[in-house]
Amino acid sequence: MIAPVLLLVGIAFVAAIILGIAARVFYVKEDPRIEAVADLLPGANCGGCGMAGCSASAEAMVKGKLPVNACVVGGTETAEAIGTFLGYDVTGAEPSLACATCDGGYRAARKYNYSGLQDCRAALQLYHGFIRCENGCLGLGSCFKACHFSAITMNPESGLPVFNPDRCVGCGSCVAACPKGIINLVGETTKILHWNQYTQCLSPCRQRCPAQINIPKYLAHARKGEYAAALLTVKANNPLAVATGRVCPELCATECRRQTQDDPLAINAVKRFVSDWERESGKRLQVPIAADTGKRIAIVGGGPSGLSAAYYLARLGHQVEIFEQMPKLGGMPLYGIPDYRLSEEQYGWDIDGVLELGVKAHTGVTLGKDITITSLKAVGFDAVYLAIGCWHGRLLPFEGKELTGIYSGIDYLRRFHTDEDLISGKRFVIIGAGNVAMDCARSALRAGAEDVLLIFRFSRDLMEANAHEITDAENEGVRMRCLVSPVRFVGEDGRLTGIEVEEVTLKQNPGGMPDVFPVEGSKVVLDCDVVIQAVGQAANLDAIVQSDGIEKTRFSTIEAKEETLETNIPGVFAGGDCFTGPRLLVEAVAGGRYAARSIHYYVTEGTIPPIEDRQREMMPPALVDSLVNVSPISTSAIKPIITMEERMSTFREVEGTITEQQCIAEASRCLNCGIYCYDQDELPSSQTRTTTSCPNEPHIAEKKKTTPAA
Amino acid sequence: MDLFYLAISATFVNNILLAQYLGNCPFLGVSKKLETAMGMAAAIVFVTILASIFTWSVFTYVLQPYDLEFLKTLTFILIIASLVQLVEIILKKKSKALYNALGVYLALITTNCAVMGVALLIAKKEMAFFEMLIFSSCSAVGYGLALILFAGIRVRLQISAVPQSMQGTAIALVTAGIMALAFMGFQGMAS
Repeated sequence: MIAPVLLLVGIAFVAAIILGIAARVFYVKEDPRIEAVADLLPGANCGGCGMAGCSASAEAMVKGKLPVNACVVGGTETAEAIGTFLGYDVTGAEPSLACATCDGGYRAARKYNYSGLQDCRAALQLYHGFIRCENGCLGLGSCFKACHFSAITMNPESGLPVFNPDRCVGCGSCVAACPKGIINLVGETTKILHWNQYTQCLSPCRQRCPAQINIPKYLAHARKGEYAAALLTVKANNPLAVATGRVCPELCATECRRQTQDDPLAINAVKRFVSDWERESGKRLQVPIAADTGKRIAIVGGGPSGLSAAYYLARLGHQVEIFEQMPKLGGMPLYGIPDYRLSEEQYGWDIDGVLELGVKAHTGVTLGKDITITSLKAVGFDAVYLAIGCWHGRLLPFEGKELTGIYSGIDYLRRFHTDEDLISGKRFVIIGAGNVAMDCARSALRAGAEDVLLIFRFSRDLMEANAHEITDAENEGVRMRCLVSPVRFVGEDGRLTGIEVEEVTLKQNPGGMPDVFPVEGSKVVLDCDVVIQAVGQAANLDAIVQSDGIEKTRFSTIEAKEETLETNIPGVFAGGDCFTGPRLLVEAVAGGRYAARSIHYYVTEGTIPPIEDRQREMMPPALVDSLVNVSPISTSAIKPIITMEERMSTFREVEGTITEQQCIAEASRCLNCGIYCYDQDELPSSQTRTTTSCPNEPHIAEKKKTTPAA
Repeated sequence: MDLFYLAISATFVNNILLAQYLGNCPFLGVSKKLETAMGMAAAIVFVTILASIFTWSVFTYVLQPYDLEFLKTLTFILIIASLVQLVEIILKKKSKALYNALGVYLALITTNCAVMGVALLIAKKEMAFFEMLIFSSCSAVGYGLALILFAGIRVRLQISAVPQSMQGTAIALVTAGIMALAFMGFQGMAS
């Protein structure tokens, strides 16, 4: 009886000793926090977070490789407990949720009738699926079957999956199940870092917008009256909604499919309505901010590009400081755009929205004079973003250029917003025909000039300004003379008294601007006391080239890689006008977010991954020449404008915001386009346009021949 | 030649999973994906061979000489459990890569009946050292083979039209039964 007991006790004893020794000899030093975090986790070892069990998950969380809210089983309570332990603030953190990008469903064109196994993966094996569109949802519900949390339902109307954000835990089962790869887990960080790809389903307007705003999505929210959701959709790509809502030239609308048969959507008017809806409520919509990364980023230039980069970097959890040379933040839109288009107060709402995220701003600090890139790095900034804009107004090098009374366009406009004296005069001549020239001309009229003449050396159709700016300027009384080129400035006692011009003719030059030939004997002197030259802007880079050795291009812009915006100095990025040359506000905003992406990857991972299949050109299938089964509805979103009498001698805003009814009506005109498909309506056959091919392939549909007038 | 017969017998004819129905828990549990099935198979091979060597030594040199064979179940449990723990500790320190690959599965098979079954069969048949080595390794390889084949079938089952009431474990068990029938075809190749 003794022997068995002795044996078992002996074996257990030996095993215990060996294990004890082994645990000491082979001790692996682990962060004590890993064990503590592992204790906070539910211990289900389910792998739902994507790691091999709870201890691996705890290790990744401590190392910061896995968000603290990754645990599927534990939910919010666990996330908060771990977040508190590790010192993160998770209250603002939003988990990733699944969403599909396809809006097609049953409206999409079919290649053939499929009656096989009702499973997307099986259906894809037969000629790559029965939907003609590569990105189209097959609608057989593999994601629905894969979801363990009943978060997906299939919409019987559209044949598309519907994701319930309250039930979705972001486990990714549906992403793995979808053979077309159109389901993604989308969190705030993903949204900020994402850029359009050719593999996505992108409506034409989304392809054209430089900031890549998800236009159909915000229009869909707007037409349901969900203005907060609409605005947050805009802000996912553009933090300056009030400013762009007023001055954006709506490149998106130029691609709107509606314009093939009626008016393009007044997309920007809807954006302006939702941004003003927030501004007038006075209550800012809250956006989630990621956990603090402890990285510090300096942004030089408080213009649209700098503000946009600051906004997204702050949302990604970095500490951002802006250094601005002027006394006020805002950059060119503040100093260069007159109040009747965008007032300081209106733009201030956008700027405050950036600062309220915790972004610090230092104004009156000039790069190259008060600070240098080296000094910014020396005080502990991990990356520097140069968004210094184009603040140097070019001047024509003609005879008499030293006379008093000759100014650049931005020099003239800036003074309306600074303490400097305004430039006044009776007879103005404006050289140039861009938006800056129009702004100068219209401002001069309001400031009391008796006569404003705008001269342009090319023909009228080559004027760069937005079409409605040109007509507005003419309506207000700006005289315009095209095909007139300045020759020299005329003056007396050092003061300007006139400008000599001559008429020119153009000769078409394929692939470029036309050649200009002067007309003999057409020289005349135009009397004037002020000449404003809006003939181009450049960045003033001499000081920083000297102090930090940054490389510049022959166009006097900062040399940076197009893919990443990295300059020749490591950790220094450049974007906005000082990289691209003078461009649109919305392009500067886009550049800011692009820089935020590069900087985020640079400071967190050290390398910046390239964007695969980055969409640069319009995708050909998206460009259609006619619509099928869509009844024409003309736009009703005409902005209210004030009368001519009200405009003169004040800088009151000319265009107003559309009403709520107009906004909803306009948003309802949206066809919710994909690449191939769009919403069609059920029209009586007498009103539909006939087509000789598939109704869902508008790009190959032939236009119905119009009968010639009798 | 006897050893060759033994190998065939352990791998196919008396497959530990499909002929003897040992270790069914991981057979159903980790066979949904091919990758996890492969990880599990590797862990089983590793642990079975190691456990067999230790249990065989204890059985031959301790239990048999002192007429304590009736304690073999208890001692084997103790030995296998401690052994797996020990292996896990050493692997974690010495080979992080192997630990990461086998980590989750090692802990899962601490009390796996296939490992225990192999050890007990070796004791019952009073095998010599080389026989033991061949038998244990071939049994484990047979287990892994069945597991991987089964996982391959289940991956395809996921996109097949399975009647509602048969989905999930039900169809898995039916499949396991049919696989066992198929393995019966090896009967007679060796005893």
